[in-house]
Amino acid sequence: MSTARTPFIVRFFSATGRTGWVALTLFALLTVVAVPVCHLMFSEGDALYISTFYVTLIGKIMCYAIVAVAMDLIWGYAGVLSLAQGLFFALGGYAFGMYLMRSIGLDGVYQSHLPDFMVFLDWKEYPWFWAFTDSFLYSIFLVIAAPGLLAFVFGFFVFRSRVKGVYFAIISQAMLYAFLLLFFMNNTGFGGNNGFTDFKRILGYDITSPEMRATLFALSSATLMFSLLLGRYLVSSKYGRILTAIRDAEMRVMFLGYNPLWYKLFVWTLAAIICGIAGALYVPQIGIINPSEMATANSIEIAIWAAIGGRGTLIGPAIGAFVVNLSKSWFTVAFPEFWLYFLGLLFVLVTLLLPQGLVGLYQQLRARSTR
Amino acid sequence: MIYNWLSKKPLGIINSMLCKFQFRVSSPLQILRTIFLLPWLAAMVALPVNAAPLDPELVGQLNGDGNKAKTTAIKELTLLATPEAIQILNALADDRLMIAGDDGELLLRMEGEQAFDAVTGEAVTPVPEDMDQLYPNNRVRVVLNTSLSILKLFDPDREVRLEAAKQIEDTGGADAAFLPVMDKVLAQESDSEIKDVITLIKAMIGLKSTDPAIRLKAVQDLGESDNPDIKLKLTEMTDPANEADSGVRSAAVESLASLEQKLLIGETVTRVFTGVSLGSILLLAALGLAITYGVMGIINMAHGELLMIGAFATFVVHDFFRDHFAEYFDWYIVAAVPVAFFSAAIVGVIMERTVIRWLYGRALETLLTTWGISLILIQTIRVTFGTFNQEIANPAWLSGSVEVMSNVNLPWNRIIIIAFAILVLMLVWVLLNRTRLGLFVRAVTQNRAMAGCVGVPTARIDTVAFALGAAIAGLGGVALSQVSNVGPEMGQGYIVDCFMTVVLGGVGQLAGTVWAAMGIGIVTKLVEGGLGAVFAKIVVLAIIILVIQKKPQGLFALKGRTAD
Repeated sequence: MSTARTPFIVRFFSATGRTGWVALTLFALLTVVAVPVCHLMFSEGDALYISTFYVTLIGKIMCYAIVAVAMDLIWGYAGVLSLAQGLFFALGGYAFGMYLMRSIGLDGVYQSHLPDFMVFLDWKEYPWFWAFTDSFLYSIFLVIAAPGLLAFVFGFFVFRSRVKGVYFAIISQAMLYAFLLLFFMNNTGFGGNNGFTDFKRILGYDITSPEMRATLFALSSATLMFSLLLGRYLVSSKYGRILTAIRDAEMRVMFLGYNPLWYKLFVWTLAAIICGIAGALYVPQIGIINPSEMATANSIEIAIWAAIGGRGTLIGPAIGAFVVNLSKSWFTVAFPEFWLYFLGLLFVLVTLLLPQGLVGLYQQLRARSTR
Repeated sequence: MIYNWLSKKPLGIINSMLCKFQFRVSSPLQILRTIFLLPWLAAMVALPVNAAPLDPELVGQLNGDGNKAKTTAIKELTLLATPEAIQILNALADDRLMIAGDDGELLLRMEGEQAFDAVTGEAVTPVPEDMDQLYPNNRVRVVLNTSLSILKLFDPDREVRLEAAKQIEDTGGADAAFLPVMDKVLAQESDSEIKDVITLIKAMIGLKSTDPAIRLKAVQDLGESDNPDIKLKLTEMTDPANEADSGVRSAAVESLASLEQKLLIGETVTRVFTGVSLGSILLLAALGLAITYGVMGIINMAHGELLMIGAFATFVVHDFFRDHFAEYFDWYIVAAVPVAFFSAAIVGVIMERTVIRWLYGRALETLLTTWGISLILIQTIRVTFGTFNQEIANPAWLSGSVEVMSNVNLPWNRIIIIAFAILVLMLVWVLLNRTRLGLFVRAVTQNRAMAGCVGVPTARIDTVAFALGAAIAGLGGVALSQVSNVGPEMGQGYIVDCFMTVVLGGVGQLAGTVWAAMGIGIVTKLVEGGLGAVFAKIVVLAIIILVIQKKPQGLFALKGRTAD
């Protein structure tokens, strides 16, 4: 009875255990304090200096890790394998990219108030969906609303007809593919295959300045930690238990009187929103957003991050995102020919030999050593 | 000036001749001389003349002053339509008409080394030393070409006449001056098909007539046409600014409506055909998936790469034939079919034996694993053949098209692919329904444990069934190599479409896949006509999601009593 009266905020934070908090504190110290300080206070040549390359790389991977956590919420806990997370990621990126394009102002190549690609298409004014995007707050709203709304509408129809498992995966991939084609078109109004790039500033501050980089880095890290906390709270709540039950035996949950539609729809929409936020953090750090983010391959790769780290563990997928992407940036430099072989083998071997992922492997080893 | 008049000028040179007129300065006096001299020359060489002689003045006008005189002469000669007139015009078109004599008064028609008088047709010996070629300029050429194609209507060969008639129709009729020729042709033409075309040409010419009655008849006749170019002409005739007579205008409106209806039919036929063609490609691509996914429950994301392997097998055979059997090159595609079939099957066997057999019943895991395999296959092909698209030449018998209506052309390669798809479909159907292997495959699909109990070697059947699905994908690759790019990434573009087809059709049997492929193909092409390719894809996707609302297991789901 006491849990019902515990304030929400206490429940939210107590969902994560002591080990989790220790890890999060260490991570926070490292990413919110240490890295920005090292990046800003030291200059090139110092032993403690962290270069722009690494700040951007780790910042990017943290955005990926956020996506992986979202993927774990829907795949690991709700059993819904979505192959469209890259779409929500890109939509969030595009939504924030619109604001970034507007704040270029007259500094574009053509010195027009319109983005260069619109000048190129000979457009005279912004299309209707660009309305208000010069407002920072509205664009933040759009980052949440665009992926959220799409996920809600799509999810409502698909979950209502009880499409699940493989069918769901394939249909979500088809939706992703349709959007990929749509965004590739020049006259959709999102810059065609070049997308948005050449950003200048956020809220008046230079986007390439070290301070801005450090801020975005810290923000990405904060979002990652928050999504881990939120995920932990969700899966340990009553809602999360029903969600897991739906994953394991949807029919039985229905026979017990629950309607799985709203349970699945909530977590699916939430995951889309988290992906959208990750995309919005990703774009200013990378400096470009184009339809290739929606490529079917990217979205499937997200699933492998989750699988490698260990599904249904929340922290596992985040670790998986780090492992895969760090090895990717190492492989593509050291052995560019072999990266796809490695990634392909990773897909095959992890599913065959490590069904519980790295976290599962760690738990097994620990269980063996304590016995 | 001595021209190598034996060398026939290609048509492309006409344009370059615009700026270099080769006519000699001719005065009225010269023309007079020509007129006087020609009969004299004819009398000199007194040979029996059995053909109707031409008017020397008319022939002389071919070298007349200015374009007007020349074109008039050409038109007059065309109206005569006698064999002699045709000879002269042909000579003029082939640059075989020469100007000789001291003042250029003599026109000679060269036949090989021999010179003939253009008017009388008599041999001129010896061939004069000093000759100039009569070069028609561009404007004269245009009239000349029309004339020659009109004169082809008198050719004894039916095919030549039909082709000429169609060409004139396609180029929008002819000058009003040629109307009498058309009457003449119509009078002596016996073939009804050619007659119809010539009636149309007459009507096109008749539109330019000053007589409202002739225009009315012309407009009415044009209603029978299915030529898209005529639509514009008829639309002009409905405008009071172009057409004064109200009777003609209303007739034009009626004819326009009938023409538009025919054009619409033609367009729809084309759309449906391209839709069926797209559907048959989808079918070829998805049929293998219908076995591996529909029958075995494996999400084979590497299916697109199996298509690619089929296409690359075709490419290898293509190169092999080009290098070693160039004379049989056109038949490389036939040899490629078994090669693609077995190479894809071998890859399939390897995939099944090493990876997939450990994952039966774990559909989502097969999805990720096969995706990994697809990456490895893509990279292997990249490393072996290079990143870029390979060039594959279509065999000659696959190029060209059949004209069904004047605005409907069906390319041969598409027709052959439709036939090939039907063939493969029949093969798969026979294999699954009429052979012992098929019986086993169906038994394992329906109840693996029970099939095992009655002695079906389930593990081996799995391998064979997967290899069969892969092999059919290889056959799809052969077809794809003829219509799309062959490159390492080609398979990725098809995987979504393939799964859509199988999901829409419903798993477990072939009929659903066939209907789904054709449905997706035709709907895509019909929507594409109005909204463009991207929206067509989105519309098709929306339709599929809506269909799955109503029928979550696809259109033709097997009925069962399982509740997951």
